[in-house]
Amino acid sequence: MASASVLSPADVSAAKVAAAAPMGDIMPPVKARHGLWGFIYRNPTIAIGGGIVLLMVIMAVFAPLFWTVDPTALAPARRTREPSAEYWFGTDMLGRDVYSRVIYGARVSLIVGFSVAICASIIGLTIGLVSGFVRWADSIVMRVMDGMMSIPPILLAIALMALTRGSVQNVIIAITIAEVPRVSRLVRGVVLSLREQPYVDAAVAAGTRTPVIIWRHILPNTIAPMTVQATFICASAMITESILSFIGAGTPPIIPSWGNIMAEGRALWQVKPYIVFFPAVFLSITVLAVNMLGDGLRDTLDPRMAKRI
Amino acid sequence: MALLEVDNLQTHFRSRDGINRAVDGVSFHVEARETVAIVGESGCGKSVTAMSILRLIPEPPGKIAGAIRFNGRDLLKCSDREMRDIRGNEISMIFQEPMTSLNPVLTVGRQIGETLRLHQGLSAQAAENRAVDMLNLVGIPEARRRVREYPHQLSGGMRQRVMIAIALACNPKLLIADEPTTALDVTIQAQILDLMRDLKRTVGAAIVIITHDLGVVAEVAERVIVMYAGRKVEEAEVGRLFRNPRHPYTQGLLGSMPKLGSSLTGVETRLQEIPGVVPSLKRKLEGCVFASRCAHATDLCTKVAPALEEKAPGHIAACHYALKDALAA
Amino acid sequence: MFAYVVRRVLATIPVMAVVALFVFSLLYIAPGDPAAVIAGDQATPEDVERIRASLGLDRPYLVRFGAWVFDILRGDLGVSIFTNLPVSLMIKQRLEPTLSLMVVTLILAVSIAVPMGVIAAARVGTFVDKFVMAFAVLGFSVPVFVVGYLLAYVFALELEWLPVQGYTPFSEGFFPWIENLILPAVALGSVYIALIARITRASMLEVLQQDYIRTARAKGAGQRSILFLHALKNAAVPIVTVIGIGIALLIGGAVVTESVFAIPGLGRLTVDAILRRDYPVIQGVVLLFSFTYVLVNLLIDILYTLFDPRIRY
Repeated sequence: MASASVLSPADVSAAKVAAAAPMGDIMPPVKARHGLWGFIYRNPTIAIGGGIVLLMVIMAVFAPLFWTVDPTALAPARRTREPSAEYWFGTDMLGRDVYSRVIYGARVSLIVGFSVAICASIIGLTIGLVSGFVRWADSIVMRVMDGMMSIPPILLAIALMALTRGSVQNVIIAITIAEVPRVSRLVRGVVLSLREQPYVDAAVAAGTRTPVIIWRHILPNTIAPMTVQATFICASAMITESILSFIGAGTPPIIPSWGNIMAEGRALWQVKPYIVFFPAVFLSITVLAVNMLGDGLRDTLDPRMAKRI
Repeated sequence: MALLEVDNLQTHFRSRDGINRAVDGVSFHVEARETVAIVGESGCGKSVTAMSILRLIPEPPGKIAGAIRFNGRDLLKCSDREMRDIRGNEISMIFQEPMTSLNPVLTVGRQIGETLRLHQGLSAQAAENRAVDMLNLVGIPEARRRVREYPHQLSGGMRQRVMIAIALACNPKLLIADEPTTALDVTIQAQILDLMRDLKRTVGAAIVIITHDLGVVAEVAERVIVMYAGRKVEEAEVGRLFRNPRHPYTQGLLGSMPKLGSSLTGVETRLQEIPGVVPSLKRKLEGCVFASRCAHATDLCTKVAPALEEKAPGHIAACHYALKDALAA
Repeated sequence: MFAYVVRRVLATIPVMAVVALFVFSLLYIAPGDPAAVIAGDQATPEDVERIRASLGLDRPYLVRFGAWVFDILRGDLGVSIFTNLPVSLMIKQRLEPTLSLMVVTLILAVSIAVPMGVIAAARVGTFVDKFVMAFAVLGFSVPVFVVGYLLAYVFALELEWLPVQGYTPFSEGFFPWIENLILPAVALGSVYIALIARITRASMLEVLQQDYIRTARAKGAGQRSILFLHALKNAAVPIVTVIGIGIALLIGGAVVTESVFAIPGLGRLTVDAILRRDYPVIQGVVLLFSFTYVLVNLLIDILYTLFDPRIRY
């Protein structure tokens, strides 16, 4: 049947050309954007969030260059001054300059946020990998993690801090312990789903040793969800730090942190709200920026997870 | 006046890297009680055409232009409210995946009854009774019990029967079936096609069947529309199209279809394949859409898009070189 | 169904055991002598000895744990080092305000957040959606106590619509009771609303892409019926799960919220206990909160069967 006879090559010259009417477009063309502006246009949350975080880091590192004075200098004579040209954010009840304390306070918040993100990721990754690969360890480790996850993280951090002297290091350890179970669960989930993948099966069947499989097939695939998770841990650690400091179980009052500046402003908040207001704004903006960065990273790095959450 | 007249339908989708012209200037008509098949490879725009008729395309990112006249009324000019009254009532639709097309958390009876309650204002009780009748009609045994069951308790073939029951509950004038048998086992496929043919006679609906399976086309269709890259490339009565395809793409499609028992006849007829892939619809295509894969393509084909021409009575094709009957004779 | 419930109940036992062991061991994880840690920096050697005796630190670890678990099972959570009152009594006295705050917050948050998420999903990409998402990110980013102060400043100090601080027991009438709880509940609920609204939106978006939603549209179903009848029930499992998991946020947040609004509940008890290093009280509160959390989530696991007929293990 479908023979070529219905087509006639001999007819080429004789073919009477009947051209179809061209079709117009029914919507305006899509503009292609390239370079930095294109990136910002496509990923506004990463650009804005990342930009603010970068700004805060610069501010924290170069705090002395930001027209600050000694944030711990006491001056009983000028206690609780309202914000003015001289004291931009006013002074607290010990006469310390709130502006300088807020700028220096960025250091503690950022250090806590970044350290917890890194420590919790590394520990969680290790635990998650072990329990994803070592079957007998899995049930024990996951029972323990389930148990720890049943203790609300802020409460766990509070309980841990109640046991130790308030120091930045202890705050980092306490929040890390509270965050590890969630990371381990995430990594284990990724590992278990990857182990079902045909290419991992193939590697196992080919006799590839487990460390090689982990290095080559598992780790690269955990990087994207881990990066996203680490960003969110960073944000939540900064909040937890402020809460710990606020209830008096966090960093010692001698080192200014956004949490303990607010804790000190607490007693006077009805009459001198600015002492709480300024660190609150800085903390919120920073955490917001980190969260935006995390959302943006999730949408681009891990579209599958973006769908789920 | 035809029951359905689709005139110069364009359905485009906006995405970050350009406009996807999924359907670009398709016209056809369906008479009352007629069965028309739309055939083509996946991605040729046949499903989008079907979805556009009921305006099930999300807008944005999609946009539909042209005219879709149903009983003379342009559906593209209807309000949302009017469209809702038409959907499931005058025009209904069956989908490819019976496994996922039914709501997993609602009982079968509720899902059949919903159409009746929406369009005929039946009470819950009356709707359930009608649902039982419908299940009987589509040949599901123990309808009384089944009506209270959830989709996951039914087999794939049964679910497709339920879909048909939902579609036919309000006696529609037009039934659009988008690959209704593709996801089913071969034996079930035949049953479902038989059922559709029988019910079509009972209900008196016209059918537009979307498929890539020429076997299905041969079995149920009266007229065939062949689509390629968002365009209609050929249209003819089914026997004529199978006997004497004019467009090289249609010829390719027929050539790639295995014939039952062909290996027993002793004559080695190798299955032909169509070389190349469907062109991206995100670029504006110049010339004939099929030129890049056509063995007969010439300079003319790559430059000038061929118009749809009547090559024989009731047989149209868009190819510069397809013979006209007059010339062939 | 019954077997599923039994299995879920049994599965919580090891979890609770781990919680108990962990809470008990907290004291011994920290470096140094637990008695000295509790006694604090200004303690005399006699204080340390007294605490050591009251904790029974002279006995072996596992024996102490066994005795502790046995006491808990009888409802005995030990005695406060600071007040010398039984911890269970102290908890009982502080239970009502915290429970009230949690329940009001839960109801408020769910009834605001779920419709918010549904509307955002229905209008995905529009201004409404962006507003909801922006609100959600903001909710995650502002600490509970900051929201609390902000609300108290605007609605109590400036506008004087609601009381600034304090708590009125339920027995003194519904209106005085709820009046004192509105601001704390909104403050405490901010993160929770953000969390639930986000998961509702995500879950709805996923469901709205499903084939059966297209079927419902093809039937002529209206937007409201599609959203609330066809989609929400399918989207419910992740939403309900997050409502359960989010209780942890409520518990953590309650500790702070009660401080801001001077509510004499378990949160205040916890903060006071921390400042006094009153370890038996801390252990008791952490244990109680954790067990509540586990039980709520157990209940939610069982509730799944109501939403999804396919879950019948």
